[in-house]
Amino acid sequence: MPQDLSTQSIRPVRFWHRNAVVELDGAPNTRTVLEWLREDQQLCGTKEGCAEGDCGACTVVLGELDAQGRLQLKPVNSCIQFLPSLDGKALFTVEDLAGADGSLHPVQQALVDCHGSQCGFCTPGFAMSLWQLYEEMKGTAPSRQGIADGLAGNLCRCTGYRPILDAGEKALAQEGPLLDREPVETALRELALGQPIHTEAGFHAPKTLGELAQLRQDLPEARLLAGGSDVGLWVTKQFKTLPQIIYLGQVRELQTIERVGDELVIGAGASLEAAWAELATHWPQLKEMGLRFASPPIRSVGTLGGNIANGSPIGDGAPVLMALGATVELQRGEQLRRLPLQDFYLDYMKNALQAGEFLRALRVPLPLQGWRLSTHKISKRFDSDISAVCGAFALHIEDGQVREARLAWGGMAAIVKRAAQAEAALRGQPWNEATLIQAQAALAQDFKPLSDMRASAAYRLQVAQNLLRRCWLETRAEDPLPASALSVWEAR
Amino acid sequence: MNIVVGKPLPHESAHLHVQGSAPYTDDIPERVGTLHAALGLSPVAHGRLLGVDVERVRAQPGVVDVFTGTDFPGRNDCGPLIQDDPILAIDTLRYRGQPVFAVVARTRAQARRAAALAREVIQAEPLTAILHQREAHAAGQHVIAPMQLCRGDADQALANAPQRLQLAFELGGQEQFYLEGQISYALPEEDGGLTLHCSTQHPSEMQHLVAHALHRPNHAVRVLCRRMGGGFGGKESQSALFACVAALGAVRNRAPVKLRLDRDDDFLITGRRHGFSFDIDAGFDEAGRIQGVRATLISNAGHSADLSGPVLTRALCHFDNAYWLPHVALSGFAARTNTQSNTAFRGFGGPQGALAVEMLMDAIARRLKLDPLAVRRANLYQEGQTPPQTTPYGQTIEDFCLPDLMARLEASSDYAARRAAVAAFNASSPVLKKGLALTPLKFGISFNVVHLNQAGALVHVYTDGSVLVNHGGTEMGQGLNTKVAQVVAQELGLPLAAVRCSATDTEKIANTSATAASTGADLNGKAAQAAARSLRDRLSAFAAQAYGLAPDGVRFEAGEVVLGSQRIAWEELVRQAYHARVQLWSEGFYATPGLSWDRAKLQGRPFYYFAHGAAVAEVLVDTLTGEHRVLRADALHDVGQSLNPAIDIGQVEGAFIQGMGWLTSEELVWHPADGSPKAGLLVTHAPSTYKIPTANDCPADFRVALFDRPNAKDSIHRSKAVGEPPLLLPFAVFLAIKDAVAAATGGEPTLMAPATPEAVLKALHT
Repeated sequence: MPQDLSTQSIRPVRFWHRNAVVELDGAPNTRTVLEWLREDQQLCGTKEGCAEGDCGACTVVLGELDAQGRLQLKPVNSCIQFLPSLDGKALFTVEDLAGADGSLHPVQQALVDCHGSQCGFCTPGFAMSLWQLYEEMKGTAPSRQGIADGLAGNLCRCTGYRPILDAGEKALAQEGPLLDREPVETALRELALGQPIHTEAGFHAPKTLGELAQLRQDLPEARLLAGGSDVGLWVTKQFKTLPQIIYLGQVRELQTIERVGDELVIGAGASLEAAWAELATHWPQLKEMGLRFASPPIRSVGTLGGNIANGSPIGDGAPVLMALGATVELQRGEQLRRLPLQDFYLDYMKNALQAGEFLRALRVPLPLQGWRLSTHKISKRFDSDISAVCGAFALHIEDGQVREARLAWGGMAAIVKRAAQAEAALRGQPWNEATLIQAQAALAQDFKPLSDMRASAAYRLQVAQNLLRRCWLETRAEDPLPASALSVWEAR
Repeated sequence: MNIVVGKPLPHESAHLHVQGSAPYTDDIPERVGTLHAALGLSPVAHGRLLGVDVERVRAQPGVVDVFTGTDFPGRNDCGPLIQDDPILAIDTLRYRGQPVFAVVARTRAQARRAAALAREVIQAEPLTAILHQREAHAAGQHVIAPMQLCRGDADQALANAPQRLQLAFELGGQEQFYLEGQISYALPEEDGGLTLHCSTQHPSEMQHLVAHALHRPNHAVRVLCRRMGGGFGGKESQSALFACVAALGAVRNRAPVKLRLDRDDDFLITGRRHGFSFDIDAGFDEAGRIQGVRATLISNAGHSADLSGPVLTRALCHFDNAYWLPHVALSGFAARTNTQSNTAFRGFGGPQGALAVEMLMDAIARRLKLDPLAVRRANLYQEGQTPPQTTPYGQTIEDFCLPDLMARLEASSDYAARRAAVAAFNASSPVLKKGLALTPLKFGISFNVVHLNQAGALVHVYTDGSVLVNHGGTEMGQGLNTKVAQVVAQELGLPLAAVRCSATDTEKIANTSATAASTGADLNGKAAQAAARSLRDRLSAFAAQAYGLAPDGVRFEAGEVVLGSQRIAWEELVRQAYHARVQLWSEGFYATPGLSWDRAKLQGRPFYYFAHGAAVAEVLVDTLTGEHRVLRADALHDVGQSLNPAIDIGQVEGAFIQGMGWLTSEELVWHPADGSPKAGLLVTHAPSTYKIPTANDCPADFRVALFDRPNAKDSIHRSKAVGEPPLLLPFAVFLAIKDAVAAATGGEPTLMAPATPEAVLKALHT
């Protein structure tokens, strides 16, 4: 441990659980919340289905204070959350739902009444997702569709979901008990006053940008951890050990989303849920992609910054931000620099971050007159699937001519990148079918995609070319087709 | 009268499920000293096993024991029918993911870490691997002898037919994806005994295979299962390997050993629904009536026989689905490939066989430019013919309710008007196309192997009047215990709360059959009813004598006993009977009557009765991307007189969505055997890459109803089995997608299953 850290107090992990603050000494860096619940606490209501955050059997709810000091509840996959990341938060599990007198919570009772469980193994996870919706959406009269979207991270193999959706509708329409938030908020406020945590095992959670910048330089080998939706799997599936972790979730300044001049500045620690919601207020067409981007439990802890910094060639954040002309703001010590996003990715899972540097913010230029954005995600399943191809196109069309085009693609190469030749084929050309065909042909020069379990190379290229056609059909001057004539999802 | 049967009562464990307080095997408190096992897996798809550096694994932190296949004191085999299924590989590595050695360690994490060294410690000489059934079939590799199911003269009928077409079709397999993975927990007991808590559909087989592997008598091994977190066939034969490994670990180390698989390992080790290749040649007349059909069905059995023989039999026996095929020649092959050994999965070959003929119906309709529904109707079996129509395997068609059922569904779904609306939409929509299909199903109920159609039950009445039922079936979410408890409560005139079902336990009912073939409630319900009846008869006789009545003067209803003009509480009669030394427990047994089967000729009466159903689906397809969405689905399904309509609707809807997943989004991909480091690896081995339906895939407009006509056969309360048959309902979804593709191309689409966006786009362009 570096000199300057050894002087800081090592303290236990503290969080709210079962109506009290729990203090844990010696919490291992990568023990998961699920392992702690099931093995250390013998709270076996929460189940392991996949240990990779994809089935939702392990769903628990975390409580955190927002900037106004109000408790916010989010569904989380406990199978890939590391125990020390609970510090300062509140943890709720299926064991917390029933009343003190043993009466079932309305979401539980509705699941019984509507026959929403068969084998019952996924049911605690559904109960927790529904409870989170019940607590956070009650009074907003969520639609059946809204409830289905809220359950996109929970798999059930028995029921076919209809009775679970019925249960959701029934429970959320009821007057019933709500969580007494006051004691939780009081406890979390007190916990928030404490020093940033450094555990014996090497888990560090700075609270300020300054502390983060310092730590990043002091511990260049440490693993930065945000939502853990990727890093969690390194542990559960690849048995990696992570002797030093810098956790970003406590740095408030990193979570801000604000408009600065003609840019939207999204802190690298802003959750996918929050960041995408903000993007969608400026570009409403991003709403569908937001619903299909991972699942609610992943979006609530995963960060857009993490999605970008991770640099996966099949991430959905990068193509969209690249098409929007976003830049990344990188920080090292007190030094800041900016890079266009397309220059951030160097090669497969390699980016331009230098030792001791971290992603501080994403800067997205706000919509300009004359520009159109269209985004397309292709996957085997609507919900929570990784894109075979993700295409994001920003076109500046004026007087029937393409002035400028940014065509950014995921799933087509080792990195997310723009289609230089297809863009060139569009630039300065009339927006007609002949130009479209030129651009489609150029796409085959831009990319030599791979075949894998998500799609073959041939399909990727063909569908990418067809997505350009879809975009043209929607934006052409003559007889443009409405979105409802072009996407099976539009009338959802 | 206290009527419990037929009520939409909640699942007996529902109130526990929602609280997380229904214990599954991994939730049972661990006995002190419990060790954990993990498996080292073959890193190659095919190879000669040269050696395993066991010592290196043993030296890993926390490792207590390492063993291989030669360490079993008994038989190193867990094949359910044929002994070709080593528990741990010896000599030959047959698929990538095959267990080669077992590690026992202090913690599960330590065991998994040590087992992950497999790639480094297994020395193997690679051999050529074959992954696809067609290739294996061409190479003459099969796990069992070929099967022939023939009637009449198919060749002559084909030659004489006015119309003829050929169809080739590739149908993918399907992972069970039970939410609770495979798990066994073995506890050593006194004098060489062993208790196993196992998530299994077949406790008796686990018991027998573990006893054989340990070289111990069956009576030394006890297997228990209170509930499974889903089974779907995946825990019928394939939970055995894990039970055997945990058992040997427990015996060798004189300590409890738990083996709980990680999801990836579960995918990589265990098999699933068989993928099939079909080649069909059919002759028909101008109305689309089939005159002759010749078909070859090749299944991907994987590396061993497992249940591939019975699965292929059921596929052949369901090729007719609902249709009269006067001349038919079917050849079935179970190809041996270097993949996981494929096994039972809800439907057990039936869906594969029936889908083949449904593909044919559509192809004929498109050839003749007829509505597919008209062609289906023209080919439906007809009752009242002389001689009566029989299936190709010789079973007479009786109680065939599909003409009625389909007519009702056609009307309730507004099929004709929607067919016209779909055509109108397609005429004006350049990119998106709609498709519509109505498909029927007929599914044979009973195990195709006659002797398996038996069951036993025990009913105990305690002196306070409470009743405990135990039977040989297992609870995997299908509501079997609820239905059996309803049957017993009804028989004794008690409220359901008075009856409790206990865990399936080989120490209670011996030599049980698997809970499979949809027969759980049929067999165990009847056995429990028999047990409850003997108790009731005994109590009636006692009461009649004690109160000076004729035995039929005693009635049991609403928790009371009616004694002529008098009523006493049930508990009171039980107390009096106990004091009079009347036996207050009873056993019951049931064997399905009237079954016969000639396995060599594939002829006989394998099924007690048939269940029926039909569905209509309407889909929207994107011709630019191949994506689709189900706009509406209607299903009408025959469960006879329902034991529990809520549970039955749940089975129908669950099967619909599960079958829809199989035919649309659930794609299994193996890395080609190309000599690369990933060669032969199942690359869709987790929910991140293998996509089962989510809540958003449940059609927003989903109308499911039960066709409430009592079973003509004397089944339990005239109900019908419901587990598997509705898995065939979503054929309508697949064929509606195909219909939409045909609307775009005008030809007969070569759409393969699953209909992923890629498969659909391919079909649009070929």
